[in-house]
Amino acid sequence: MIPPSFDYHAPRTLPEAIKLLSDLGEDAKLLAGGHSLLPMMKLRFAQPGTLIDINRIPELRGIKEEGGQIRIGAMTTENELIESALLQQKLPLLPEAAQLIADPQVRNRGTIGGDIAHGDPGNDHPAISLALDATFVLQGPKGERQVKATEFFHGTYMTALAEDEILTAILVAPFAAGTGYAYHKLKRKTGDWATAGAAVILRMKDGKVSEARIALTNVAPTALRATEAEAALVGKAIDAASLDAAAAAVRAICDPAEDLRGDVEYKTAMAGEMAKRAIQAAAARCK
Amino acid sequence: MSKHIVSMTVNGRKVEEAVEPRTLLIHFLREKLSLTGSHIGCDTSHCGVCTVDIDGKSVKSCTHLAVQCDGGEVLTVEGLAQGGVLHAVQDAFYKEHGLQCGFCTPGMLIRAYRFLQDNPNPTEEEVRAGMAGNLCRCTGYQNIVKAVMTAAKTLQQQEKVAA
Repeated sequence: MIPPSFDYHAPRTLPEAIKLLSDLGEDAKLLAGGHSLLPMMKLRFAQPGTLIDINRIPELRGIKEEGGQIRIGAMTTENELIESALLQQKLPLLPEAAQLIADPQVRNRGTIGGDIAHGDPGNDHPAISLALDATFVLQGPKGERQVKATEFFHGTYMTALAEDEILTAILVAPFAAGTGYAYHKLKRKTGDWATAGAAVILRMKDGKVSEARIALTNVAPTALRATEAEAALVGKAIDAASLDAAAAAVRAICDPAEDLRGDVEYKTAMAGEMAKRAIQAAAARCK
Repeated sequence: MSKHIVSMTVNGRKVEEAVEPRTLLIHFLREKLSLTGSHIGCDTSHCGVCTVDIDGKSVKSCTHLAVQCDGGEVLTVEGLAQGGVLHAVQDAFYKEHGLQCGFCTPGMLIRAYRFLQDNPNPTEEEVRAGMAGNLCRCTGYQNIVKAVMTAAKTLQQQEKVAA
């Protein structure tokens, strides 16, 4: 399959890319890793007149610690997340979860920013960002603004990103010492999207949960933060009763679309199960 | 939709061609350069038969534009054998019977080559994870894993001899 014709630009700087994007309007699309956009173009689900390839803009790549936060350039690839010593030390959920995304070749191209900005509830970084309480840096012709992950996802393929804006970076606070974490993803095979997935971050004090963040992949039109499930854990020990209560709260907010991965009932049940497993795994890592 | 002049190194040879932006790398390699070793399988970045090496990284060339390779270095399965001598990875696939119909083999070989550059002494489990982006419908993978393990040993011995 060959995509429809388009014009192509590969700007070298961010201001250049923003200018192109605002000059060309809604007919232009940003090309990040291309592993969602190019297949959609082949199938004619997307037919942009121009692609603005942002792969040659160095300032959009890389992971660094600044001002007490980890700043991840939006064009950082999944494999770069996996290999990052800084993330392994300060935000180990990200490199661990990225290993469950796609396959080795796709992870060389697929980017964290593309995964988030695409707005696909089947992508993994939206739920992970919700669990991490991440902030997204958006830049447009009017300057820079920051949007919390919790405010970013509006619907399937719909986000807070304006048509003339570029997601440039993801900001996350490093884990406090002793934080437990896990991302559990049920998938049929390597490279598949989740049938259901759950990201969990926990802190424990005196055998009881002091803080919990839980978010879900691919069980609703957007990634979901499961605040009721979080509340069901806080102040409790991790036991059968608290796990069941959290899983029930997770199932209560699921609104999955039936597809080849399963029907609504099955996906809902699996979201509860993934949450249970991720909670137990995160609790085992709490110190 | 004007054409773009792209120049890149493919298997050590400088090439310069005018391409439409929509030309996928796999079509560029097969149709412009007549390098038909890399195959087109699923065409949706799942199966891995179109895998090539771009600037030292394994990439699925059905989901990459030729214009994006401007200034880059591409290695395809045709670039593995040197002077008529099979690369250790190719030799291992031959000796361990790591193929049946052969359709997935070019992608397997070029991926195995890069995987072993990145991880010269892998466990079997690491081989399976490292090769997870390449599908084979014939072998059941056992002999592919064996071949990659064998190639790892051969490459390590070659390193020692060279050192």
